[in-house]
Amino acid sequence: MDLLLDINGLSVFFGGVQALTKFSIQISRGDIIGLIGPNGAGKTTAFNATTGRIRPSEGSVFFCGQKITGWSPPRIARSGIARTFQNIKLYEDLSVIENVMIAAHSSVSYSFIEAILGVGRYSRDETRIKSRAYELLELMNLGEVASEQASSLPYGSQRKLEIARALALDPKLLLLDEPVAGMNPTETREFGEFLLTLRDNLPIGVGLIDHDMSFVMEVCDMIRVLDHGIPIAWGTPSAIRNNPEVISAYLGTDFNGTTVKHAKN
Amino acid sequence: MALYRDRILTVFSLFILFSFLTYADSNFGHYTLRILQNIAIFITLAVSYNLINGVAGQFSLGPNAFLAVGAYTSAIFTLSPEEKLRSFIIEPMLWPLSVISVPFAASLLIAGIVTALVAILMAMPVFRVRGDYLAIVSLGFGEVFQVLANNSMSITNGSLGLKGLYPYTNLWWSWGICVFTVFCTVRLVNSSYGRAMKAVREDETAAEAMGINAFRIKTFAFAFSAFFQGVAGGLLAHLITTISPSLFTFMFTFNLLIIIVIGGLGSTTGSIIAAILITWGGEALRFFEEPANLFGFQYDGVPGMRMVLFSVILILVMLFARSGIMGRSEFTWEGFLGWIKNKLSAMKV
Amino acid sequence: MDLSFALQQLVYGLTVGCLYGLLAIGYSMVYGVLRLINFAHGDLLMVSAYIGFFGIVIFNLPWPVSFAGAIALTALLGILIDRGAYKPIRKSPRINALITAIGVSFLLENLALVTIGGRPKSFPTPQFVSGSIVIGDVSIPTLSVWVFVVTLVLLAICMAVVKRTRIGMAMRALSRDMETVMLMGVDKDRVISFTFALGSALAAAGGIMWSMKYPAVEPFMGVVPGLKAFVAAVLGGIGSISGAAMGGMILGLAEVFIVAVQPEWSGYRDAVAFFLMIVILLTRPTGIMGERLPD
Ligand SMILES: Nc1ncnc2c1ncn2[C@@H]1O[C@H](COP(=O)(O)OP(=O)(O)OP(=O)(O)O)[C@@H](O)[C@H]1O
Ligand SMILES: [Mg+2]
Repeated sequence: MDLLLDINGLSVFFGGVQALTKFSIQISRGDIIGLIGPNGAGKTTAFNATTGRIRPSEGSVFFCGQKITGWSPPRIARSGIARTFQNIKLYEDLSVIENVMIAAHSSVSYSFIEAILGVGRYSRDETRIKSRAYELLELMNLGEVASEQASSLPYGSQRKLEIARALALDPKLLLLDEPVAGMNPTETREFGEFLLTLRDNLPIGVGLIDHDMSFVMEVCDMIRVLDHGIPIAWGTPSAIRNNPEVISAYLGTDFNGTTVKHAKN
Repeated sequence: MALYRDRILTVFSLFILFSFLTYADSNFGHYTLRILQNIAIFITLAVSYNLINGVAGQFSLGPNAFLAVGAYTSAIFTLSPEEKLRSFIIEPMLWPLSVISVPFAASLLIAGIVTALVAILMAMPVFRVRGDYLAIVSLGFGEVFQVLANNSMSITNGSLGLKGLYPYTNLWWSWGICVFTVFCTVRLVNSSYGRAMKAVREDETAAEAMGINAFRIKTFAFAFSAFFQGVAGGLLAHLITTISPSLFTFMFTFNLLIIIVIGGLGSTTGSIIAAILITWGGEALRFFEEPANLFGFQYDGVPGMRMVLFSVILILVMLFARSGIMGRSEFTWEGFLGWIKNKLSAMKV
Repeated sequence: MDLSFALQQLVYGLTVGCLYGLLAIGYSMVYGVLRLINFAHGDLLMVSAYIGFFGIVIFNLPWPVSFAGAIALTALLGILIDRGAYKPIRKSPRINALITAIGVSFLLENLALVTIGGRPKSFPTPQFVSGSIVIGDVSIPTLSVWVFVVTLVLLAICMAVVKRTRIGMAMRALSRDMETVMLMGVDKDRVISFTFALGSALAAAGGIMWSMKYPAVEPFMGVVPGLKAFVAAVLGGIGSISGAAMGGMILGLAEVFIVAVQPEWSGYRDAVAFFLMIVILLTRPTGIMGERLPD
């Protein structure tokens, strides 16, 4: 078993409010690990702390055996953690293909002078980046819209584009924040299958946040449940489904298999 | 195939520009030639200004200060030791500078490098944090440059300024630098560096999550743009041959801002078109500010009228025509040929 | 530096400091609410100085009427600027708002240049602010006493309004979190207008006193004080009213004392604010204006 991400006792405060309390999780290569919990439970915060956007007040994050707590977001990204955002963050004014090509920036080996003169590693790198970007777009069924403006895509396609972009980073670990929010049931099912194929074909691990319970239960190997920033359960989908503590945390919301609609963009 | 065609067309249009300039050089009057040179310098400035403001999305108000830094640097390096001895009457010039004198081309290069270094110094504190501090710091730097230039007598000759610069700048220098700047900028924007700049402009958080070091790419864009503004400063200095600390007012920056906004923030093509329009048109509008005799009526020009007009235009464009002439699109031969074809077929019908 | 000299400098420093502070408050409030550097804010100082000047010299109005008029009209202008230039582009990228702000600032300056002319006008000094009070070796200009008193009173009023009135509280809420306010059902545009009015009125009061202290009224007189006031606002923590006032004081004192200690640096006085800004940026890496990271 290849341990990728190892988070230990991570706590995050927002001006006195504790958004995350002693959060721990391990993700290995080939895993799809779910992270669920009611609105405001601290799921996104856990991702933000992992990717360096928020500094945790205690605890540590190890990635591939290296301590990455305190690293800057771009450094963490280059070390192999790619993510998507709950409220889709595309480069809206750029074309679809450019969105994906940007993620390859850190793999560019040419200097700006080579770029200006169009010599050296420039052409080779550009060709490689471009064909790789096309490959990823094809993989996500976005090949046809490659030269369209990103903001013109329908919601579901934007989510897919965000994932293509994350994959262009050649990550070892993929963190998906509500990837199927806004997708219709067919798209969701297809995406689930896609995720499983991806895991089987690439040497990566996946961390997954979503409110769509049937989707999460279907694709995840193990699930961590958060409530008010506190980890309340850890187990297989079937164990989580029947965990009384989880059910009570979700009390008042529509748990158990059906999609929980949530009001947040 | 298309790439090959585009190259030929580009070379061909450069040849046309070359022929035009040759013709202009021997047939146009002094005044028109001066405007042509102004146009070239303003294209240089606008294209590089657009890189930081439009492409990288970082609001700088620095061009007038960078022009000043470039102008002073290059002037200090081209003035002959005798001329320096003559001008620096209050305090003699600092030693190594007082005896150095280099060719014009070298002085432009040094001007560019020094200006880029100044930009990097400014970028360090500013880009460490998110927010619009670049606007305030670069604006403040324009004021501070004047203070520093006025007080460093032994380097800048204080408020007396530098006089008697050799008028090296001619049509060829200004257009040569202009073409060079446009070439470098366009190539850069089309590379991964340009894409990274746009990513930072569009969404800094997402750019960082994709491994782009926003601090580094912003600093780079700022320094790259400052380099060419410094070179343009050198050109300007050797065009007007006398410079002083108060010459490089915020007016330069304001004019450039209008140019890049009217052209379409982020579009290099737009910056070029608007630079031509505004430099030309601004020249035409000068008559508002100068006394004139219109159809027998005496009109005492009003200073500031042009700027009133320009500010109104700027505000109106921002409110009602935000994408300017070009939006964010660029000139391509593909698009251009298609456009011509359309026009032709429309004419036939 | 002996004590009375130091006290004398303190008086000078606090006087300019108060004026920077009055200007800084408006900057601070507008940035807090809109996240916009309102470049036109410094020019309101100029506008108010001109209105005051014309009221007294041309229309022969009594002092209080003329000043009250200047303050009211400047406040109105502040609202108009927001409604006309900033409101239509609230939703567009920040750079557009900044460019518009520069445009408004330039428009005000050049309109003044075109309509009134560039020659500085000498602001009349009323009887009650001339002269000075001498205590030991320290001479306190009567104008300074007025500046202190007026600043303190305005600051107190401003804080009371923000802390006690409904609209003031809405303003504070707005500068923390837009969405919460909308949920509370407060009319955002009214709050923003109120912010502009309040900030502009303070700038106007500052402008009147500024032109009594430096009695040359000209179209570009607001540019440098405006820039410095922004630094003061940043120094005091953007969004905080008392912070902005404090920031202004600190800047005023820094400028005066640096020159007092090193007279040969007097040429660099206008550069103090700039270097202060750099120092703040370098020492507060997490952001000055509490830039909250959106997720
Ligand atoms: N940058 C921030 N500053 C202050 N508080 C924050 C910040 N980000 C999140 N919070 C707070 O932290 C808590 C956890 O938020 P988080 O976004 O992690 O929840 P979540 O589990 O992702 O919820 P959702 O399912 O709605 O996305 C919430 O109460 C939220 O308001
Ligand atoms: Mg979330």
